[in-house]
Amino acid sequence: MHDKILLSHGEGGKRTRDLIAKVILRYFDNPVLSPFLDSGLLGRIGGEIAFTTDGYVVTPPFFPGGDIGRLAVCGTVNDLAVCGAKAVAISCGLILEEGLPVESLERALAAMRDAAKEAGVTVACGDTKVVERGKGDGIFITTAGVGVAVDGWRPAPSEIRPGDRILLTGTMGDHQVAVLIARRNLDIEAPVLSDVAPLSGLLLPLLPRFAGRIRFMRDPTRGGVGVTLNEMASAANARFVLDEARLPVRESVRGVCEILGFDPLYLANEGKAVLIAAGEAAEAIVASLREHPYGREAAIIGEVQEGGSGVRMRTLAGGVRAVDYPVGDQLPRIC
Amino acid sequence: MNRNMKYIDDFRDPATARALVARIRRDAGDAPVRLMEVCGTHTVAIARGGIRPLLSGAVTMLSGPGCPVCVTPDGYIDAAIALGRERGVLLATFGDMLRVPGKSSSLEKEKGAGLDIRVVYSPIDAVSLAAATPEREVVFLGVGFETTAPAIGGAIRTAAERGAGNFSVLSSVRTIPEAMELLASDPDVAIEGFLCPAHVSVVIGSDAYRPVARRYGIPCVVAGFEPLDILLGISMLLRQRKEGVARVENEYSRVATPAGNRKAQALIRDVFVPCDTGWRGIGVIPGSGLRISDRYAGFDAERKFDAPVVFSPEGSACRCGDVLKGKIRPSDCPLFGKACVPEEPYGPCMVSSEGACAAYFKYGGS
Repeated sequence: MHDKILLSHGEGGKRTRDLIAKVILRYFDNPVLSPFLDSGLLGRIGGEIAFTTDGYVVTPPFFPGGDIGRLAVCGTVNDLAVCGAKAVAISCGLILEEGLPVESLERALAAMRDAAKEAGVTVACGDTKVVERGKGDGIFITTAGVGVAVDGWRPAPSEIRPGDRILLTGTMGDHQVAVLIARRNLDIEAPVLSDVAPLSGLLLPLLPRFAGRIRFMRDPTRGGVGVTLNEMASAANARFVLDEARLPVRESVRGVCEILGFDPLYLANEGKAVLIAAGEAAEAIVASLREHPYGREAAIIGEVQEGGSGVRMRTLAGGVRAVDYPVGDQLPRIC
Repeated sequence: MNRNMKYIDDFRDPATARALVARIRRDAGDAPVRLMEVCGTHTVAIARGGIRPLLSGAVTMLSGPGCPVCVTPDGYIDAAIALGRERGVLLATFGDMLRVPGKSSSLEKEKGAGLDIRVVYSPIDAVSLAAATPEREVVFLGVGFETTAPAIGGAIRTAAERGAGNFSVLSSVRTIPEAMELLASDPDVAIEGFLCPAHVSVVIGSDAYRPVARRYGIPCVVAGFEPLDILLGISMLLRQRKEGVARVENEYSRVATPAGNRKAQALIRDVFVPCDTGWRGIGVIPGSGLRISDRYAGFDAERKFDAPVVFSPEGSACRCGDVLKGKIRPSDCPLFGKACVPEEPYGPCMVSSEGACAAYFKYGGS
């Protein structure tokens, strides 16, 4: 085996076979994938099926607290989980750049294997392509996921009503700040780890218990909690009011945001969910979330109020202001 | 870091905020008092904290010209674009400048059309960029106030030490006290107190505002950017007004001093000399610009490429000038939220995240 990815690893010949047999299958050895057919045969799946896909192009691919492999599994598992579905099988599409160290590929594959194991999902099929040097960024991964929905629960934004509470399963912005620091062009050192994690174990057990009272869930990835809540509020045609004092932000993340002029509300998360739940059940749901390692800092961050739609925030200073969509990337302040 | 962040919490305590708001309302009297926050960071902090509506009826906070992007004239953008197009230079800029409209284009549009424009986070990154691309001329778009001036000056000095002959700066550095004097002397603006910038004051020192306070009888308070800093600063301005005095006070004494950062001041004096300069929407303010000194003439893009920035007062429906002078509020402009929104800004105050119009639009100030 070579120590770098070559164009011939993607040409379908012997080297492609070698790469698959000697590297990839070492990490994904399972009865669905290993027969090496053109499709993974999943057998009969009982229940309502959910299906999703996502592409992962994070730079750098390895960052404090995670890497592109873990991200590629968790992102898809979480998209299924917030729709109330347990991931059953995912695909793994690799787009590798000529010259990528095989060691880096193996690190990403090991992380995918571990995350898949944690989430109880089978990597059922895959594809490998190699692009010329300069035409990629080391490694891109796409995953699609098939999940089976928890009986009796469906996302129901239309059921959201005044008095409902807005819940967040933990601190905001950890992922994006960890990646920004890893890019190293900011010259900031802070002990921030990405929160990338599969949320199925945190969220799905709650659904049978709080069926009907958990109305709607989303994972606040790109655009952060601010954008996700705006989308949820327009889906529900509801007015959300956040409480600035209750927004969970790690001190180290807040420090970085202070220096760079970022608002943690708009920073990406990869291991968090926003839930809208009936007021009377909110405390019990938070208590349950906090029992799980990925929900220790869960909090009620706001409520649904009468009148209009959109997102507002009660500030620490005692005022109220709009929380809108940001325009463009958040950039560091210049004065 | 932990202790610092706890320290910040002290400046965000809701109970203290309520007490300060009550005191401000008590001291304000019947008609709303017209105060100006000079700095764009204050404008954003006031909008983010929802402070304006809290004080409505008691205090009218006018948003001043302290957003470097907003006051950069369109002639400057045009000059930068011409350097890229006609002289083939590589332009390095802060990201905020990308969407600022020039006369017919913006850096963002030119970048999309193929002009080589790189976003940097610090002026020194542009010096590194020049070192990494020895075959190209690199021009840094040096926009900012006294806060950014030492960093730009430091980059020029570093380039001089390293003999980076392919690096230069198109300077659009401005100074705040001169702009405040102009506003103080304008009867249409009628300012009853200045909330002075935090970071600028760390560099120039709070004494720099004494001429404004003395000559025009306008109270000045240097304040930090946390919600309680701002409320306390406003309260201090109202107390001065109540006592009938006009002096410079410093709420931000934990960082800013009367004399400021002498080392940074010396660096600015070494690399720059004061000049008259045009502010978008306001006009030419005598002595309010910093051009690159003769000693560093080789790093002055205007001289190196014989490409002077031409200032011409703009004529359009955009009322950014009146917004920057505090004559109208952003929502009073006929374009606000209609022809001029953050995605498609017409005027510079809607471009910058620190612009008054963008802050009003984003946080719903009115």
